[in-house]
Amino acid sequence: MPELRILRTYVDVPDSHTIGSYISRGGYTALPKALGMKPDEIIETIKKAGLRGRGGAGFPTGVKWGFIQRDSKKPIYLCCNADESEPGSFKDREILERDPHQMLEGIIIGCYTINSHKSYIYIRGEMPYGAGIIEGAIREAYEKGYLGKNILSSGFDLDVVLFRGAGAYICGEETGLLESIEGKNGEPRPKPPFPAQIGLFGCPTIINNVETLACVPHIINRGPEWFSSIGIPKNTGTKIYGLCGNVNKPGLYELPLGIRLRDLIDEYGEGIPGGRSVKAVSPGGSSAAVLSADELNITMDFDSLAAAGSMLGTAGVTVMDDSTCMVRVAQNLAHFYRDESCGQCVQCREGTWWLEKMLTNIEEGKGRMEHIDTLLDACYQMRGTTICALADGCAMPIESIVKKFRHEFEEHVRLGRCPFERKTLGEWM
Amino acid sequence: MPFTDSLRERIDLIVSGSETRQSALIPVLREIQNEFGYLSNESMEETARILGIPPSSVQNVATFYTMFFRKPVGEHVIWLCRTLSCALRGAEHVEHYMCERLGVKTGGTTTDGKITLMEAECLASCGTAPVMLVDDKLEENLTKEKVDRLIEGLRKG
Ligand SMILES: Cc1cc2nc3c(=O)[nH]c(=O)nc-3n(C[C@H](O)[C@H](O)[C@H](O)COP(=O)(O)O)c2cc1C
Ligand code: SF4
Ligand code: FES
Repeated sequence: MPELRILRTYVDVPDSHTIGSYISRGGYTALPKALGMKPDEIIETIKKAGLRGRGGAGFPTGVKWGFIQRDSKKPIYLCCNADESEPGSFKDREILERDPHQMLEGIIIGCYTINSHKSYIYIRGEMPYGAGIIEGAIREAYEKGYLGKNILSSGFDLDVVLFRGAGAYICGEETGLLESIEGKNGEPRPKPPFPAQIGLFGCPTIINNVETLACVPHIINRGPEWFSSIGIPKNTGTKIYGLCGNVNKPGLYELPLGIRLRDLIDEYGEGIPGGRSVKAVSPGGSSAAVLSADELNITMDFDSLAAAGSMLGTAGVTVMDDSTCMVRVAQNLAHFYRDESCGQCVQCREGTWWLEKMLTNIEEGKGRMEHIDTLLDACYQMRGTTICALADGCAMPIESIVKKFRHEFEEHVRLGRCPFERKTLGEWM
Repeated sequence: MPFTDSLRERIDLIVSGSETRQSALIPVLREIQNEFGYLSNESMEETARILGIPPSSVQNVATFYTMFFRKPVGEHVIWLCRTLSCALRGAEHVEHYMCERLGVKTGGTTTDGKITLMEAECLASCGTAPVMLVDDKLEENLTKEKVDRLIEGLRKG
């Protein structure tokens, strides 16, 4: 089956990032339609389409937009989250670099809907190429009158600003992102208050992911029924799945929500190199609980993965073959979260540090049997107790790895060394 | 290193476009690092003065974000991804190989001052792993040959 491309239709076309290309294929025709609608009508349309946030949590976008009090005395902001830093995720970067105007049109429609006149696009510091493309796209949109004063003679004004990060995963967390734009450390804020009440510079703010916003013009143009007919109930539309790790054809695949994980790996990823088999899969970015080889019949949508104790997250799928040491995998992830913890919460700051240390000990053959349960205990302590979800994002995959691959941990302890021949996580081809 | 007039102009432009003086900080630090390659204590103090914010706040932010350097680095900076998807495709080998070729440990700078090798977390390019960011350019699907070629180019450039 070919992909079902909506957002990715033109990514392989030369100059697909330019406004000329976008307009030549019907771009910026949703905007006048939206400007002719009442904000409540747009919210209803997005709700009816069933669009759920593509940034990780799957929160219904129409509902989120509805949280904004549009007659607020203070300015209202919309921030586009282009921080994409979740390990295993590389979908937003393609939209940013190859077809950014659909996202920009989504931002303009979103701002009109929530009565915002200023929007920030927060792009991570490690995307210099993407930043250049977005700067160009914003400039083009001003030149054509899609941004600035009195957009398309509607009386609606909007300015869009690109904000470049400087290296910190935690700035992808929505309130860490706000702190960063305010010129501070990206330390997430306790919630409530939620950003829709008190967000950027103390003003009502909506934060949406790049892919979420890119869906918006397509929904306005083709209608909510069209969008909700794709996918499965409550999980509608297409999703850009990222496939990486030990597969023959890694890459991005846009498919309806609810595709079977096994089909994604076998049909689109063309299976595992070297005639190997799957040992484990991280289905939704590294913060999702890991699935084992006997769970591959699961469908890739928000609700099915949640029911299985994992999450769709960013739908960045990392495949690990049967030669992979799962203790090393857990160690690699713990290192990431230890590196990226902002340090505000003791459970997270010390938990991530301690998990990495324990896992390193076990990997090096210095662990004891009772340490395995201590790992689980540490993960338990980190869950649901911190300011933001980074601690959960570390605990969930590690807990699932210890539970589902416990025998590997035991073998490390029993042998007093790593039982795998290879001394690295992977091979270099 | 005093700020040149042109740098001052660029900073003023950022400040005038920012909603608060504090919110100009990260773009201003980026600009200063572009100019000098790193953020010296003097530049940070000067930044605090220009923005009218406490020096500690500048120090704080310069320490929090990994892309800000507080010591001089090489002419070129390589950010090699170490995270899971790249590791599954050999990132540890790439790192080892690069350290050997450059004669540095990760975090270090070659003796000729040309190249600094840094470890990065996931660069949002897992589908073309292993990858690294070389200055402003993402280099994907790294092979030994590609790494050799890139290092050669940087040494000459
Ligand atoms: C540690 C952490 C990192 C996150 N990183 C990102 C990110 O890079 N991009 C993103 O869109 N959302 C990220 N999120 C989710 C955001 O907090 C937020 O839910 C999302 O941007 C909302 O957009 P959506 O409703 O369109 O999905 C992160 C969350 C956490 C806890
Ligand atoms: S959970 Fe971790 S990253 Fe999140 S606020 Fe607490 S310390 Fe910071
Ligand atoms: S893990 Fe290296 S780019 Fe994602």
